[in-house]
Amino acid sequence: MLIRTPRRGDPEPSEITPEKLYRDRRRFIGASLASGMMALAGGGGAAPLPQPGARFVQVPRGAFGTDETPTPLEKVTRYNNFYEFGTGKGDPAVRARDFQPRPWTVTIDGEVERPGSFDLEDLLKPHAFEERIYRLRCVEGWSMVIPWIGFPLGNLLKRFHPTSRARYVEFTTLHDPRRMPGQRRGILDWPYVEGLRMDEAMHPLTILAVGLYDELLPNQNGAPLRLVVPWKYGFKSIKSIVRIRLVERQPETTWHKAAPEEYGFYSNVNPEVDHPRWSQRKERRIGELFKRPTLMFNGYADQVAHLYAGMDLRKYF
Amino acid sequence: MGAGRFRSGSTLPAWLLAAAPLARLGWATVNDSLGANPVEALAHQTGLWSLRLLLLALAMTPLRRLTGWRWPLRVRRAFGVMAFVWALLHFAIYLVLDQGLDPVVVWEDVVKRPFITVGFTALVLLVPLAATSTDGMMRRLGGRWKRLHRLAYVVPVLAVLHFVWLVKADLREPLIYAAILALLLGLRLRWWLAGRPAASTIQTSSRL
Repeated sequence: MLIRTPRRGDPEPSEITPEKLYRDRRRFIGASLASGMMALAGGGGAAPLPQPGARFVQVPRGAFGTDETPTPLEKVTRYNNFYEFGTGKGDPAVRARDFQPRPWTVTIDGEVERPGSFDLEDLLKPHAFEERIYRLRCVEGWSMVIPWIGFPLGNLLKRFHPTSRARYVEFTTLHDPRRMPGQRRGILDWPYVEGLRMDEAMHPLTILAVGLYDELLPNQNGAPLRLVVPWKYGFKSIKSIVRIRLVERQPETTWHKAAPEEYGFYSNVNPEVDHPRWSQRKERRIGELFKRPTLMFNGYADQVAHLYAGMDLRKYF
Repeated sequence: MGAGRFRSGSTLPAWLLAAAPLARLGWATVNDSLGANPVEALAHQTGLWSLRLLLLALAMTPLRRLTGWRWPLRVRRAFGVMAFVWALLHFAIYLVLDQGLDPVVVWEDVVKRPFITVGFTALVLLVPLAATSTDGMMRRLGGRWKRLHRLAYVVPVLAVLHFVWLVKADLREPLIYAAILALLLGLRLRWWLAGRPAASTIQTSSRL
């Protein structure tokens, strides 16, 4: 675990909560008190996980927001890379329709003092959900702005007391070809595995998401639990997580295995480092006609550049 | 490209057929029914139709040979020229919407990215084919026309390669086109080998 310089994580002036939302927050606290949720949340201001089909209510807006226009829900849910449900962008919306994300068990093991397997609801109970409006940049050259609902991954990891040997976090997606028809073909080496360095995992920008807009995470977006690491290419933000393992060595990740020269472990958004087959300098924001310049670390350089100080980002791409 | 092409009137349906998806794509664009990334969809569809028409043009000689029908050779030009039109549209989308008409960036792409190198080469090679597609040019070039138009075997190979190299992991779709191309070229190779006299002569080329 690193000790962070507090100033790094401070919100930009543009990210300071507008007055209207601040008032919403007051309303929210009132509502929460009334429903007795504050006790469950440990005082942090929580929105409970709704039942399937229901919506989140009064989720407070978290830090690091952007004032860019969020991509409409209809596009966020119909243009997906989720090969477990097919390789076409429209496949997941159709083929994940009947996927049942409950009951759901998540195993947390490896270099932690308190490993175990937990039902999703129990695992999430202590956490206060907040909205994080993040840019998402796909390695293919398109991008969206998505209002996620989630909580910092670091808060969850701390609960399990990582040992001193924990240097990386390895995440695994559900492997169940009956429920995930895309896994019946060996397009990738299933199950999908991703990983983060410990300091990346503990960074306050890194969240586990359980919803987007005011909905529970739609199946095609990685229900019921996914990672969101906004300064890395989208494929790092692994979906439908069933296992979080803390490890000493850098995990072998799925896309890196599929094409090591094309997809590195870090895969930080970087306009200066091309994909071997295409440029990463520009991206098409979904909904826009022309491409726009891609920003270093997807626009989160102020928050995360220090994690990679002194590293050759061409070598560690 | 004079009106003489339509003298018989019989190739008009082929031209219309090869242009028909344009109407569908235009309609879908106006109605915003191309999905979340319409530019990508248009780029993909225009490229696909170009490739399909290249293969269709390439299928006409085998079809003539296997069936004895005469019409396949008459409509071949319509498919070939329209493949070029679709390729131009494909390139125009890339040039204008992806690269904002920036010639420096486009040139960098052409020399640095193999899939763009082969795609761009395919388009460039189609230019002389389209330009010499008229009856007048056929007459004027004589035997050289046939040699020039053997590029019609090279272009789809480049187009398929262009497709294969841009895919991330799921190669099924480009490989279907690769298989069709292999079949069409393989048939010609077989016929050429079977028909080749002991001392091969210029005549063999007429079998291709």
